[in-house]
This record gives sequence, C-alpha cells and structure tokens, in this order.
Amino acid sequence: MSKKLIDLQHITKSYDGQMVLDDLNLYIRENEFLTLLGPSGCGKTTTLRLIGGFESPDNGKVIFDGKDITGLAPNERQLNTVFQRYALFPHMTIAENIAFGLKIKKKSKAYINDKIKYALKLVNLDGFEKRSVDSLSGGQQQRIAIARAIVNEPKVLLLDEPLGALDLKLRQDMQYELIRLKNELGITFIYVTHDQEEALTMSDTIVVMNQGYIQQIGTPEDIYNEPCNAFVADFIGESNIIDGIMQKDKLVKILDVTLPCVDEGFGTNTPVDVVIRPEDVELVAPEQGSFNGEVISLIFKGVHWEIEVLANGYEWLVHTTQMHPVGSKVGIRIDPFNIQIMNKPESSDEKAVELDA
Amino acid sequence: MVKKSAERIYLGLIFLFLYLPIAVLIVLSFNNSKSKVHWGGFTLKWYQKMVSSPTIMEAFWTTIIISLASALIATLLGTMAALGIDAMKKRNQAIMLGATNIPMLNADIVTGISMMLLFVRFTRLGMSTVLIAHITFNIPYVILNVLPRLRQTSRNTYEAALDLGATPMYAFFKIIWPQILPGVLSGFLMAMTMSLDDFSITYFTKGAGINTLSTMIYTNMRKGINPEMYALSTVLFTVALILLLLMNFGPSARKEKRA
Repeated sequence: MSKKLIDLQHITKSYDGQMVLDDLNLYIRENEFLTLLGPSGCGKTTTLRLIGGFESPDNGKVIFDGKDITGLAPNERQLNTVFQRYALFPHMTIAENIAFGLKIKKKSKAYINDKIKYALKLVNLDGFEKRSVDSLSGGQQQRIAIARAIVNEPKVLLLDEPLGALDLKLRQDMQYELIRLKNELGITFIYVTHDQEEALTMSDTIVVMNQGYIQQIGTPEDIYNEPCNAFVADFIGESNIIDGIMQKDKLVKILDVTLPCVDEGFGTNTPVDVVIRPEDVELVAPEQGSFNGEVISLIFKGVHWEIEVLANGYEWLVHTTQMHPVGSKVGIRIDPFNIQIMNKPESSDEKAVELDA
Repeated sequence: MVKKSAERIYLGLIFLFLYLPIAVLIVLSFNNSKSKVHWGGFTLKWYQKMVSSPTIMEAFWTTIIISLASALIATLLGTMAALGIDAMKKRNQAIMLGATNIPMLNADIVTGISMMLLFVRFTRLGMSTVLIAHITFNIPYVILNVLPRLRQTSRNTYEAALDLGATPMYAFFKIIWPQILPGVLSGFLMAMTMSLDDFSITYFTKGAGINTLSTMIYTNMRKGINPEMYALSTVLFTVALILLLLMNFGPSARKEKRA
C-alpha cells in the first residue's frame, strides 16, 4: 500500500466549550479516495477544515507529507478545497476564476491559458472561458469550482459536500465524473458527505463519524457488510437491528428462536446486537422459515418492494422483488452468512451515541 | 373605472403636496420681481447675485469641503466598522448595531447640543468640530449600506481565495472589496447628502465665524428673506436630486438588477 500523505494525530477541537473532535487519529494514504461520512454535527467538516487550515486544533498535530503543518495558514498549504456552495468569485469570468490561483503563483500567460483550456476540457465545459458565473447552472458551477482547484496541481483535493446542492440525477452523474477525475489526475481526494450512497459509490475508504468520534474505518464493502456497531449499521443503509444472545460460537438466539450464524469469539450467553439487512430477509411460505409472520405494510419503491412483516413481536423490514399483499401469512428465512453480530455498547457514552442517532 | 380615477386623483394630490412648494420656490428663483405673488418676467439675476456674494460663496465652499471630507472619512471608518461587525458573533453584532443606530434615531438637536457641550470643554468651536460632528453622524449610514453587501458576500469566497494561495490582504482587495464596492459607494453618497442637508448639528457645533449653506440661509432669513436664497435653495435641491439619482440608478443599483 502507498505511503501516508496526511496524518492527523490526537486532534482535539471544541467551539465555545462544546467538544467537536475528541482525540481524533486518522491517516490518509497517497492516491486514496477517502470519505468522511456522518450525520450533521459529527465533526466531519471540522476535520476537513483542519486539514485545509481554516481551523486550528486545540491539541494535536496535522502532518502533511512528513512535515508538521499544524500552524500553517491555508494559503501556504499544498492542497485545494472545493466548497459546498462552490464559492466562485461572482465578479470574475470563468477564465478569471480558474486563473486566480495560477496568477498568484506568477505563472506565465501562455501557461495559464493552456491550463484553463485543459481544466475546462477535463470537466466537460470547453469554451466557457468568457461566461459569467451566474449564467451557469449549479452543476456547471460545481465543475468550475473543481477546475479552479485542480489547475493548481494540489497533492490533495478536499471536497466539502460538493454535491449537496444538486438534484438527484445530477448528483449521480457528478459521482461518476468525480471518480473519472480522480483516476485521470491521480491525486488524493478527501470527501465529506452525509449521503451514504455517495460514500459507498465513490470511496476507497470510508470513515464513519459520529459526535466527534470515528466509529469505523473500512472499505465500502466492509462498512456495509460488517458494521461494527448499531450506529454504523443504521447509518449505512436500512437494517433490522435486533437484541440477541450469543449462546455459543456460531449460534445466536433472537426473538426466542435459535439460529445458526458464522460469527465466533463472543463467548457464551453474551448479549449482542444482531444486524440483518432488509434485502437479506427471505420471504417463504408459512412454516418453511425460522419465523412466521404477517405482512403489515407494502410500499412500491421501483426496483423492489418494501414490506414490513410482524413476526415474533418484531417488525421486520424486508426488501424483495416479490409482491406479498398486506395481510398475507409468510415465513422468514435468513442465511447464516447474512447474520451480522455486534458487541453491545459497553459504556454509557457509547450508548448515548447510539440513542442520538 | 371610478376606483381607477379615484386612485389617480389621490396619487396626484400626494405629489402636489410633496412637490408644489419646491416648484414654487424654483419658479420664484427665476422671478424678475421681488414680490412673492407677482410674476415679473424671467431672470437669472438672483443667481448672479448669489454667485457674486462673498458670504454665500464662502458658505458654499465650506459646505462642499465639510460634506466631501466627512463623507470620505466616514466611509473609511464605517466600512472598517462593518467588516468588524460582520466578523462578530450574532449577539455582539446585535449590540453593536443597536449602538450605531441610536445616534441615527436620536433627535438632531440633542446630538448637536451634546456635541457642543463636549467640544467646548476641550477646544474652540470651528471647522474641525463641525467636521468631527459630521463624521460621527455619517458613520451609521455607511455601516447600514455596507453591511448588507458583506452579508451577501459568501464567506466561502474569501476562504476560497486563501485556499488558492492568496494572502489575507490580497484576498480582501481582490475578492471582498469588489463585491462590497457598490455598498461603499452608496454609503458615501448617502453620507454626503446627510452632511449637505444638516442644519441642527452644524448650528450647534460651528461656533462663530463659519457658516455652511444651511446655517447661512437661516441667519439671513432673520434679516428678511431675499430671492438669492430661492436661487441658493434651488441649487441645493438640484444637488440633492442628483445624489439621489446616482444612488438609485448608479453602479450599485445596476448591480442589484443583475443579481
């Protein structure tokens, strides 16, 4: 794996006595697409602003390429930011916007013009040099903001919810655009979002944050399939989270039914949280599954049906392509591989984190 | 139909009451007779008399210097104040704005008297005390014109400039300044109008020996009114009108429409 480019060490930050980040440790590898994911107020934007130099930590160090840059002003850092609301300069043309950083670096006119052409081509907006900022749509403005940042050839591009203000279709298009850009430019992306789908689509690594703490770091597959606690499971997609007892290795009891599973090492008769994704719940004929229940609601979602089944006192959320009318009796079957076991939170602190979510 | 014409008549009456007195004044300033009721033919002699009167011309130049200088200095101080207020926390902003608004709402005569009392304690009344007084009451108008502009200017653009390598100074002059300039200009024009216009505060802070146009007209009126004063008032009205037009259709107004 490539080397660590940015290393955040023991970062603490509070505003007006309110703790935003508490002893945060995180490193970002060269060429990585890393996403900070979490609900609003979880500290993800603060983390990004600390890297960009717009905030300074109360404690801890920001290491960039082996050097301590904690005290360095934003204009002295070798990274560029794409802001949530684009932050284009309204009194300048598109070309002047893109040239801003290069002019400060005293590049030659020819070099700047080449760079503008190249950047506009890269974001598919050739010929927009003379246009004014407010003649552009939101999506176009966002691409110009990206162009303005990348012409400076930063080692790292910071993106603060850059797609937040765009509509759904445009957002999905821009996701692919960003992946393409990242691959063409070969620079490190640090991306902040509260949208789990965005994070899963684009990232190499996802960092799930809540209330100033990192909850889990992993690949999108890891985070989705093996959430380490109920918060992560709940935040990344929908889930059924059920109280269970780990009776022994590979055997868990939920809702008075003992099921085989694949997890080990939780001890015997340990209380645990059990996560089952809605698309992993199989609906079968009554008496053929582990649970028997009745369909209590049915919603058409396009690709699938969203069904709620009341079985053993729990309302199961089920995603399936098979329609089951409300009131019909069904059985529920779950593949042992699709049962994810998690430790119960131990401290009250961790518990608070969950309740808040 | 009836409603429509009633509307027109009402509107006509309003404008009549507002502008008839000024129209009468302007007409009389061109009247060849000293009478206030008889039209004695068109003349420019009152304007000639006005221009050749040393008292009037001295007051004219004093007024120009004071309004220009006070507007300039107030614009500088007011813009810096607006920048500071904009960077404050919400609660402190409210306190600061309240503090700047009070002098604006305070009766001019109270401001005038209190300033006079303060000034005589430290210095002799004269040009400089009038200037200080004008700067003081002009600052709030500048703040009120610049602050909304600053609020529209996204903080993000300033940070984006820093992010692209600009020093704070460069970022301010390249990014913030062009965006607030229309507000600064209209603040300047408004300050100038207020200063041209002021009587009470000037009257109390000027001391003996100097006059602005408004205090000079007042002093002359006591000796009996003469038509040069009509001519002078017409000039003052025209200048105020031009400043008003600049404020409404000048650079800041045009920007507004584009946005």
